[in-house]
Amino acid sequence: MIRLTDLHKSFGTKAVLRGADLHVPKGESMVVIGGSGTGKSVLIKCILGLITPDSGKIEVDGQDVTKADRDAFLARFGMLFQGGALFDSLPVWQNVAFRLLRGHLKRPKAEAREIAIEKLRRVGLSPDVADRLPAELSGGMQKRVGLARAIAAEPEIIFFDEPTTGLDPIMSGVINDLIREIVTEMGATAITITHDMTSVRAIADDVAMLHAGKVRWSGPVAQMDDSDDPYLHQFITGSAEGPIEAVR
Amino acid sequence: MTRALAATGASVLGLLAAIGRLAIFVGQTVSHLARPPFYFREFGHALVQIGYFSLPVVGLTALFTGGALALQIYAGGSRFDAQAVVPQIVAIGMVRELGPVLVGLMIAARVTSSIAAEIATMKVTEQIDALVTLSTHPMKYLTLPRVLAATLVMPILVGIGDIIGIMGGFLVGTERLGFNAAAYLKNTADFLTRLDIISSLVKGAVFGFIAALMGCYYGMQSDRGAMGVGRATKTSVVAAAVLILAANFLLTEAFFSA
Repeated sequence: MIRLTDLHKSFGTKAVLRGADLHVPKGESMVVIGGSGTGKSVLIKCILGLITPDSGKIEVDGQDVTKADRDAFLARFGMLFQGGALFDSLPVWQNVAFRLLRGHLKRPKAEAREIAIEKLRRVGLSPDVADRLPAELSGGMQKRVGLARAIAAEPEIIFFDEPTTGLDPIMSGVINDLIREIVTEMGATAITITHDMTSVRAIADDVAMLHAGKVRWSGPVAQMDDSDDPYLHQFITGSAEGPIEAVR
Repeated sequence: MTRALAATGASVLGLLAAIGRLAIFVGQTVSHLARPPFYFREFGHALVQIGYFSLPVVGLTALFTGGALALQIYAGGSRFDAQAVVPQIVAIGMVRELGPVLVGLMIAARVTSSIAAEIATMKVTEQIDALVTLSTHPMKYLTLPRVLAATLVMPILVGIGDIIGIMGGFLVGTERLGFNAAAYLKNTADFLTRLDIISSLVKGAVFGFIAALMGCYYGMQSDRGAMGVGRATKTSVVAAAVLILAANFLLTEAFFSA
């Protein structure tokens, strides 16, 4: 479904991706782990075309993404941003139904609102949240609205960027469970970026660890703990001792 | 010597690159006008924000400026026994120069800063990226409606500013300086030409375009963090004010050079 080959990206003199390879089969939930600044977010932003890679190939269903029709390509994606990235000026329901109110997925306003309320309900929010502004919601609620927006147009591929960052452990658990349930029931292909190991175990079918701009280890989540890769071992145990420098 | 030349060369290259980036931004903005979809809701919202909500500041600025202008012309004119020209000079001063320039600068302060801060914050909080992932072009959704609305609404604001400015002069002239009300208005109307009014409105449109464009451009170019937003806001207002004054000179030259 999604294949990255030898992806390179530098910002000035700082090389962030140095030949990253990744394959995510259709319907799989891939979690990309790695320390801060290892290029996890850059990786998914390259797939979405938000950042242009310096070299390498990105294919979705065997098609080079740089040659795909942009609108049709993006219509297949949903994304939950780290901070929610909700539009402050729009009420919650218009955030959720953003795609359904404009462009070629446009529906009548009443229908779009109905879908938005249904998606809000799906992520555990009551309909009375629909007319509030994002600034009036707590961090956890904003995350859920972001999740509802990501799934509103029923995308085939969903990206989650640090879905539990800044949330308390209980809310993190709720978001992790929601992501797992939604990905399973929609049959979507998912890539989640995180460094929260609880999220990894809750969400992942497969795990890829990014280190020094490359995928250092990848495999099924069940094999993660048995791996003898010292980098992966240090990361999942959260140890300060090991090959990964604690101060970067 | 070589170092000085290199520094000069780097500055010139930097300036040319900046002009090039801005030219590309203008080209992209204008090109979206011809390509659907057009976001009417955002355009309507921008019209209200830039036009309607700017009326108080435009009105007050014009009123006080017109009044002060009448006092100055009266005081200056009395040195040559030419106090009677107050209505004519207030009218020509407001319509040709002070109306468009002051409204342009007030819009730069009020609208450019708010556009730059809003778009820069949207960039910092990944809302611009979110727009892209939702198949919405940020230039089409954010830039075009604002620039178009400012270009269309500014001539109206300038027209209102001109009228209120002249009324400020009228009030001072009739209440403080002893002018006859009917004669004041007649002198004003007789003295103004169609070219004066057209030049005022054209200046308004150009200044509106510059003000909104600078807000959008620097907002989109913003660096990350609160400092980035602050810098984008400050730079956009300075750039808009300087460009408005420069454009005013060029337009005055084009309209009124003999």
